[in-house]
Amino acid sequence: MKTPLILLILALMAIGAYVAGRARSHALSRTSKVKTHSRPAYHSAYVALAGLLPAVLVLIVWSIASPIYIDRTVRATLPSDLRIDQASEALNYGTVSIVARGVEQLTEAEIAAAQAGTVKWPELLVSKAVPVAADVRPEIIQAALKRTAMDAASHKAMAAVCIVVAALGAFLGYRRLAPSFRARNHIEKLMLVTLALCSTIAILTTVGIVVSMLSEATRFFAMVPMHEFFFGTVWDPRFAAAGAGGEGGQFGLIPLLAGTLYIAFFAMLCAVPVGLLSAIYMAEYASPRVRNLAKPALELLAGIPTIVYGFFALVTVGPFLRDISAELNGLVTGNYTNFIQAQSVLTAGIVMGIMLIPFVSSLSDDIITQVPRALRDGSLGLGATRSETIKRVILPAALPGIVSALLLTASRAVGETMIVVLAAGVAARLSPNPFEPMTTVTVKIVNQLTGDLEFTSPQTLVAFALGITLFAITLALNIYALYIVRKYREQYE
Amino acid sequence: MNMMAETTLEPKQAQAMNEPVYKMIGNKVSVFYGTKQALFEVSLPVREKTVTALIGPSGCGKSTFLRSLNRMNDTIDNCRVTGQITLDGQDIYDPSIDVVELRARVGMVFQKPNPFPKSIYENVAYGPKIHGLARNKADLDQIVETSLIKAGLWNEVKDRLHEAGTGLSGGQQQRLCIARAVAVSPEVILMDEPCSALDPIATAKVEELIHELRSNFTIVIVTHSMQQAARVSQRTAMFHLGNLVEENDTDKIFTNPDESRTQDYIMGRFG
Ligand SMILES: Nc1ncnc2c1ncn2[C@@H]1O[C@H](COP(=O)(O)OP(=O)(O)OP(=O)(O)O)[C@@H](O)[C@H]1O
Ligand SMILES: [Mg+2]
Repeated sequence: MKTPLILLILALMAIGAYVAGRARSHALSRTSKVKTHSRPAYHSAYVALAGLLPAVLVLIVWSIASPIYIDRTVRATLPSDLRIDQASEALNYGTVSIVARGVEQLTEAEIAAAQAGTVKWPELLVSKAVPVAADVRPEIIQAALKRTAMDAASHKAMAAVCIVVAALGAFLGYRRLAPSFRARNHIEKLMLVTLALCSTIAILTTVGIVVSMLSEATRFFAMVPMHEFFFGTVWDPRFAAAGAGGEGGQFGLIPLLAGTLYIAFFAMLCAVPVGLLSAIYMAEYASPRVRNLAKPALELLAGIPTIVYGFFALVTVGPFLRDISAELNGLVTGNYTNFIQAQSVLTAGIVMGIMLIPFVSSLSDDIITQVPRALRDGSLGLGATRSETIKRVILPAALPGIVSALLLTASRAVGETMIVVLAAGVAARLSPNPFEPMTTVTVKIVNQLTGDLEFTSPQTLVAFALGITLFAITLALNIYALYIVRKYREQYE
Repeated sequence: MNMMAETTLEPKQAQAMNEPVYKMIGNKVSVFYGTKQALFEVSLPVREKTVTALIGPSGCGKSTFLRSLNRMNDTIDNCRVTGQITLDGQDIYDPSIDVVELRARVGMVFQKPNPFPKSIYENVAYGPKIHGLARNKADLDQIVETSLIKAGLWNEVKDRLHEAGTGLSGGQQQRLCIARAVAVSPEVILMDEPCSALDPIATAKVEELIHELRSNFTIVIVTHSMQQAARVSQRTAMFHLGNLVEENDTDKIFTNPDESRTQDYIMGRFG
């Protein structure tokens, strides 16, 4: 019996339990003298879930545990010359799996014929479009047969156990129904557990990502010393080609980190004043008509894919800055060469800043409008002007929120890739001149992970070290944002 | 309205004749929210150094009238005021009037205590700083102290001036807001149900405070408590459905009002 079928049966049983619970509950409320504690909907839901949940739980545990158990058992049956080391065992067990998939498609008669030797196993399997070598070892075939048999038995047993558990659970739940039974509270508790479970999943996923990145990064640091990575000033990983003496590359983080922070700094320099001031205008000065028009327009800007901003940088902003710098240089010195490259930190910063404006303004606008009207009135009532009110009351009150919005925006700036590729190039250079190209951590991650890959060389593994560094930076920014919010809250509440 | 004759008198002249001095005079004030008219040609004089209570059922326009006295209505979109309101004989809706300056002269205390999320000291110093009333730190300290003393809060907060104003109790917060208004040295203080969020003890303190403030300030107070109006005010104005029903000495209003609607409201027969 396949799992979807089992689930269908369980669902039908749950519906049955629901209907039965409902009938019982209605009967109870009719006959009972005391008022029933919970409404029928809660009673029936309780009965249905009392059956369904344990059964589904069994199903999940079984589906995870039984393949592991079967794997182990079947692997043990392989002769020792097929399991000389891990690699050969994995390879041969892979063949077992392939054969097993083929065996599943065979009829009983075909299997019997093959076992009796009237048909050759490899031919039979190849006729079912299963790629098997002609000289496949008989032990592998037998292992595959064993595996198929165990799989089938396991599924049957699972179906039986699940159905029994569901029936038993529903029956016990049904027996508990009584006017005084607090089904409502039980359902409430269940809701709580569900919600808590969901947030646990979110947290565990994060932890999982970090752990997997960390383990890959550790492999990298086994090949390249940590200090060379964190304090190296040259980024030159050479080629990631297999076995080409790859260890010769230099993996200095500093140029990438500097590029990341430099570009993010320019981006924030553009985005924060414009975004914040436009948020203040929207929230405090704009008439409702203007606001209703301008706010969606600004938010539209947030919906533009970053690659489009990249085009904009490449085709418009970059050349414009280059030409204007040439003009300026010519006017001042008479020498018409440009001092701003078409691809530069400045270009990337400006365009990324434009991209971030809607984030800053939209987040800050929400925060500013949340400042209670009473504070505004209090200040205006004392004879303060609008801008004094904004400066001295509204912004301080909104500051924690604004700061955390800005840090959130900053972590976006740090993580942005597409704009940088097109606007600042991919050359990892270390230079204090913002008019020259530079590149960022994310760009180099993409660089190292495109093409034919082999996750054993430092050239590819370095991507994980870079990733974890980036993660640490954004995490630090977020923690700092939280800290600031806390600090101000304590001060003002 | 028999007040009309008196409104034309010059303050000095009036005093000389031992007549009441009018600090603010509303003349046929109408207020519209969009197309909805909330106040209908209200003419109400406010006497100097007197507590004037505005009473009336909910929604009758007391707050609306109060807010038009310091042009707080300007901060509400689509709110329009017609008629004339004068402060010391000067039309406050005249284009030449600076709203900011007006609000410094006519301060306001709101229904819900609304201290700024700043320290107690900064709350009181806010107005003086904005209007440049203090020449130096010592000056400012002095203003803060006297304002808090006037608001009857000094003894309770003198050791914690630099703690958050929002950390005070509701009654203390309201007195802080009064201190904040007083610190600007306004001539008129408008109070919109200043005690509605307070318990009886805090209310008693604020009432006592209003009593003392009367010697220096002109006070207009909106209240839903008849007892409070009777206790703190010398003049009472009764509003109903956006109209001024009558305005007279508080004693007269509460013992022998001219209008039956006033009588009914005070006796709790409607509203
Ligand atoms: N911002 C506003 N927009 C539209 N209408 C308003 C606004 N403020 C008040 N109104 C209307 O104006 C009328 C008078 O309101 P106001 O707040 O002055 O009443 P009030 O006498 O202070 O009542 P209460 O005793 O309940 O505070 C009411 O009908 C109210 O609905
Ligand atoms: Mg009101």
